[in-house]
Amino acid sequence: MTNTQDNLSPGTIGRRRAAALPEQPPKLWKTVKPKKAYDAVIVGGGGHGLATAYYLAKNHGLTNVAVLEKGWLAGGNTARNTTIIRSNYLWDESAAIYEHSLKLWETLEEDLGYEMFFSQRGVLTLAHSVSDVRSKRRNFFANALNGIDSEWLTPAEVKKLVPIINISEDVRYPVAGATYQPRGGIAKHDWVAWGFAKAASDLGVDIIQGTEVTGFDIQNNKVQGVYTSRGTIAAGRVGIVAAGHSSLLANLAGFSIPIQSRPLQALVSPLLEQVLNTVVMSSAVHVYVSQAHKGELVMGAGTDAFNSYAQRGGFHVIEHQLAAAVELFPIFSRAQVLRTWGGIVDIAPDASPIIGLTPVENLFINTGWGTGGFKATPGSGWVMAYTMAHGNPHELNRPFSLDRFETGHLIDEHGAAGVAH
Amino acid sequence: MLYIPCPHCGLRNETEFHYGAEAGVAYPDPHALTDSEWAKYLYIRANPKGWFAERWVHFAGCGRWFNLWRNTLTHEIGPVWLPFTTQPKSPNDIGQEGSGS
Repeated sequence: MTNTQDNLSPGTIGRRRAAALPEQPPKLWKTVKPKKAYDAVIVGGGGHGLATAYYLAKNHGLTNVAVLEKGWLAGGNTARNTTIIRSNYLWDESAAIYEHSLKLWETLEEDLGYEMFFSQRGVLTLAHSVSDVRSKRRNFFANALNGIDSEWLTPAEVKKLVPIINISEDVRYPVAGATYQPRGGIAKHDWVAWGFAKAASDLGVDIIQGTEVTGFDIQNNKVQGVYTSRGTIAAGRVGIVAAGHSSLLANLAGFSIPIQSRPLQALVSPLLEQVLNTVVMSSAVHVYVSQAHKGELVMGAGTDAFNSYAQRGGFHVIEHQLAAAVELFPIFSRAQVLRTWGGIVDIAPDASPIIGLTPVENLFINTGWGTGGFKATPGSGWVMAYTMAHGNPHELNRPFSLDRFETGHLIDEHGAAGVAH
Repeated sequence: MLYIPCPHCGLRNETEFHYGAEAGVAYPDPHALTDSEWAKYLYIRANPKGWFAERWVHFAGCGRWFNLWRNTLTHEIGPVWLPFTTQPKSPNDIGQEGSGS
C-alpha cells in the first residue's frame, strides 16, 4: 500500500508531524446478497464481529459465514471509541485475555496484510490520591506477576514522559504517580474494521450491511437461523456480537443477560501540533486522552448515569472531563472542542465481558465489553471464533461465561479499571 | 442533561440526582430461591429500548427516592410516582421498541 503525502500547505496547523494517511481503497470487501443458509452467522458487523468472522475462516476453516450488520460496517462503537489498547488489567483472567489480544495486535497488520496505524506509544494510568496509588500499585504488582510489561512512575517520571502535564501538588487532582505500559497504544479504528472485513471477505466470508436481525428461529432449544429484514437465513451456529443491543437480541432469543446499556462519550479537538506522544488515562477523573496521527486530541469521558440507547450523552459529563483535563494539561485550555459524540456500551455487573454459550444451543454471545472493547477486538474475535467453531469456550474465555453470575465467580474489574477501560 | 421532575422539589438538573436503575424489583426471600433465581434477582435487570420504569434519588435536594417512566431512546420523561404507590401505565410512545427482561 502506498502512502500518499498529505497536500496541506506548509505551515498548516498539524502539518509538520501529521502522518500521511493513504486513501481508502474503493473495494475492500465483496458486496453480496445474503444466501439462504450459512454454517455460521454473526450478528453485528463491528470490529468484534468482523474479527470473529475472520478467525472462524482463518483458524477454523469455516468460510461459509455471514456477518449481518443492521446499519453500516463498524458504525457503532467501533467508530466511536478512543482506540486505546493495553493489557494491564488486575485479575488473572482479564490480564490473560487482554494480553492475548495485545499480542495479536502486535502482528495484526502483517497477518491481515492491512495497515492499521497500530502505534505502541505507551499508556499511562494516573493515580491522584493515596488510595488511588495503593490500587494502581496493586495493579502494577499483579501485572508483574502475570508477565505483563508495567512500570510504576513517580510524578517526576510522569513529567519527563509527558512534558505538558501539570504535576503541581496544589490542584484538584494532583498526579501522585502512574502505572505505565510501554506496549500499550492506539490504532486507527476504522482501518481495523476495514482490515478485518477485507481479510474475512478474501477468505470467503459474506459481509452484509443494512440487514437487521429481527428474531431467531429456535426449535427444540436449538437455533436454526435468524429472521432478518431481508428474510430468513438458516444458520448452523449464530453468534450475537452486537454491543449496545445485545440484551435486546438475547430477549429476542428468549433469555436475559445481566447487561445495562449506557451512553459513553468522546470528543476531538481540531488538528494541533504534536504535543502528546503517549496515551494518558485517569480513571479517577474519567479522562483519557491521546493525540491521533493527524494531530487531533482524542478524549474519552465517563458514561452517563442512566440507561440509554440514544447514542448521545449529557454535556455535563463532557464538562466534568474537560475541567479535569485542562487542569492536568494547562495548554489544552487553548484548544477547542471540534466534535463530541456518544456510543452505547453494554455494561455487566462486574465490568467484565460475557463471551460464550447461551441457554440456546448453537447460539453464542459476546457482550459486556463496557467502556473498553476496542483493545480486545482481535482477542475477542479469536476466542469467539473458537467458541463458535468448537461449541465450547476457549480456555481464555471460559472464566467469562454467562453462568459466572450464578456461580459467583465474578471478575470484578470495577475497582481495578474504573469506568475508564 | 436531563431535567428531572422531583415530586417534592420540582424540576431540577440531572446532576442533583443519582440513578437507581429499574424500579419495582421486590426483595425476595433468599432462602426460598434457587441459585439461578437468586442470580436473576441480583444481576438481571430490564434494559429496554423505549419506556423504562426507573428509580432516582434527589440527593442534592430532598434526599428522597421516587420512580419515573423515561424513554431510553428519546430521553423523554413520563409519569412520576412515589415508592409504595401504584405504578402508572407505560406511556404509549412511538419510540417504544424492544421489551424488558
